[in-house]
Amino acid sequence: LVTVTYYVALSVVLFTIGLVGVLVRRNTVLILMSVGLMLNAANLALVAFAHHFDHLDGQVMALFVVVVGVVEAVVGLTLIVAVFKTRRSVDVDEMGSTEG
Amino acid sequence: VGEALLADVTAILPALVLVGWGVGLLFLTLVVPGARRARVAWLGLVGLGVALVVCVLRWDHPLGGFGGAVVLDNYGLFLSFISIVAAALTVLIALGREDATGDWCEHSPLLLFSVAGLTLVSSADDLILFVGLELFSIPLCVLMARSGPARKAEALALKCFLLVVLASAFLIYGIALVYGSTGTTALPGLVEGVVDESQALALIGAGLILTGLALQGVAVPFYVWSSPWVPVAGLASVGTKVAAFAILGRVLVLRHPSLGDDWSPLMALPAALAMILGNAAALSQEDGRRVLACAGIAHAGYLLVGVAARDEWGLAGLLFYLLAYAFADLGVLAVLTWDEGFRRRPWLAAAMVLFVLSLAGVPLSGGFVGKYYLFRAAVRADLTWLAVLGMLTSLVSAWAYLRGIAMPYFGAVPLPTRPSVLLAALVIAVAGTLLLGLWPGPFFQVAQSATTWSP
Repeated sequence: LVTVTYYVALSVVLFTIGLVGVLVRRNTVLILMSVGLMLNAANLALVAFAHHFDHLDGQVMALFVVVVGVVEAVVGLTLIVAVFKTRRSVDVDEMGSTEG
Repeated sequence: VGEALLADVTAILPALVLVGWGVGLLFLTLVVPGARRARVAWLGLVGLGVALVVCVLRWDHPLGGFGGAVVLDNYGLFLSFISIVAAALTVLIALGREDATGDWCEHSPLLLFSVAGLTLVSSADDLILFVGLELFSIPLCVLMARSGPARKAEALALKCFLLVVLASAFLIYGIALVYGSTGTTALPGLVEGVVDESQALALIGAGLILTGLALQGVAVPFYVWSSPWVPVAGLASVGTKVAAFAILGRVLVLRHPSLGDDWSPLMALPAALAMILGNAAALSQEDGRRVLACAGIAHAGYLLVGVAARDEWGLAGLLFYLLAYAFADLGVLAVLTWDEGFRRRPWLAAAMVLFVLSLAGVPLSGGFVGKYYLFRAAVRADLTWLAVLGMLTSLVSAWAYLRGIAMPYFGAVPLPTRPSVLLAALVIAVAGTLLLGLWPGPFFQVAQSATTWSP
């Protein structure tokens, strides 16, 4: 029998992988992907809880999270492309400080 | 069904007006030639004006929509009012600079969307408020990227954006965990749920939500203040405070007045830390803009005093102080934007001193009266130590601001400006600061009526 605990455990693992990715990676594309993983971990938890409580609140929330995730990917990738055009690099360390 | 739909639409009317207006302006890109696009900014101002009128008309007519997920009550309207005023002043200051012509077919919609996000957060009564928060911060990042020299502005915007999405991931995961332990996302009953359950899941979730809010609240203003196109910083520093205190005030005071002493230290301690660290950091800065960024932290501390006082007096003081802060902060920005020829005028220096004194909390200014209300609420709530600390740090901050903002201003780099537009922004900011300082009664009454009634 698969209970809600398994889903939540999996989502915690996904969230942790994403967080470690954000902290370790220096490439902005990979950082963005890691944040996407964190958002999807939240989605998994939301949907699992919604199933557990047998109502739709969590699923509605997950729908909004999906939309926000798409928006973040679009704006993020646009910014990354723009930065790459002027700097020929998407590494956060090479973006220098504010005086760039 | 028709009536329910009407209620739903009315409950998000300010945001709907702003988003609709923004989308309309976006279509103007198709017909307006590039050279005349700066004029679209005026249409954006009209849109802000319409939203302001909607907010005023809905005053005292609280209404819930979307199954209680959105509540358009006076508290939300007052905060929306502050955000709209801040956005309008931001546009005026931006227009005051001749080199900041830009493509206002893009800038105006982005600004309007950002303010729409703020109005949504202000009136959200459900954890769905994170959508409003994203709607506020993501357009700001795009605005940052589209301003100033591309090489610097875009890198800054990308770094700011990565922090914003990280903050949103924390926030959303926290929401998922809180939902999992309480079985609801609606704000009424949420904190009781967390406290009753008091299991690890609920507490971790609440911690993640606060982490996300704090990360966003600190990161966005700091990056924006170092961006080359300064006016955005005005909206960012006021907007993040509006968003954060909309959530904190609604969850901790309006919705759960009975919780009382349990969490009060949890707000009093960060308030004290923010006041001390923010002002200490402001003292160590030389550059006017950095001083303002640090002052933003300190002012978040003063506003937290209002939440820590945990009653409608504290909350009304918070609203009043936030309005005074918006006028003074954007007033300083307006003066800093002025060019050399005008810098020598005594009336401009007088206005600058007025704003700085209002930020520091010296009598006759809006900032003083706001601090008086906040500290009075703190004393009423047995937090006298916090009030004393607030007054002491205010004294220190007066020195920091005068040294850091007012002095360098006399020797700053000149910019080409349109005096008439900047003058309009300046007059509004001066009038607001003086009105709040000399005639605070009516404004405080309005702020109070925003905190005592909820459907």
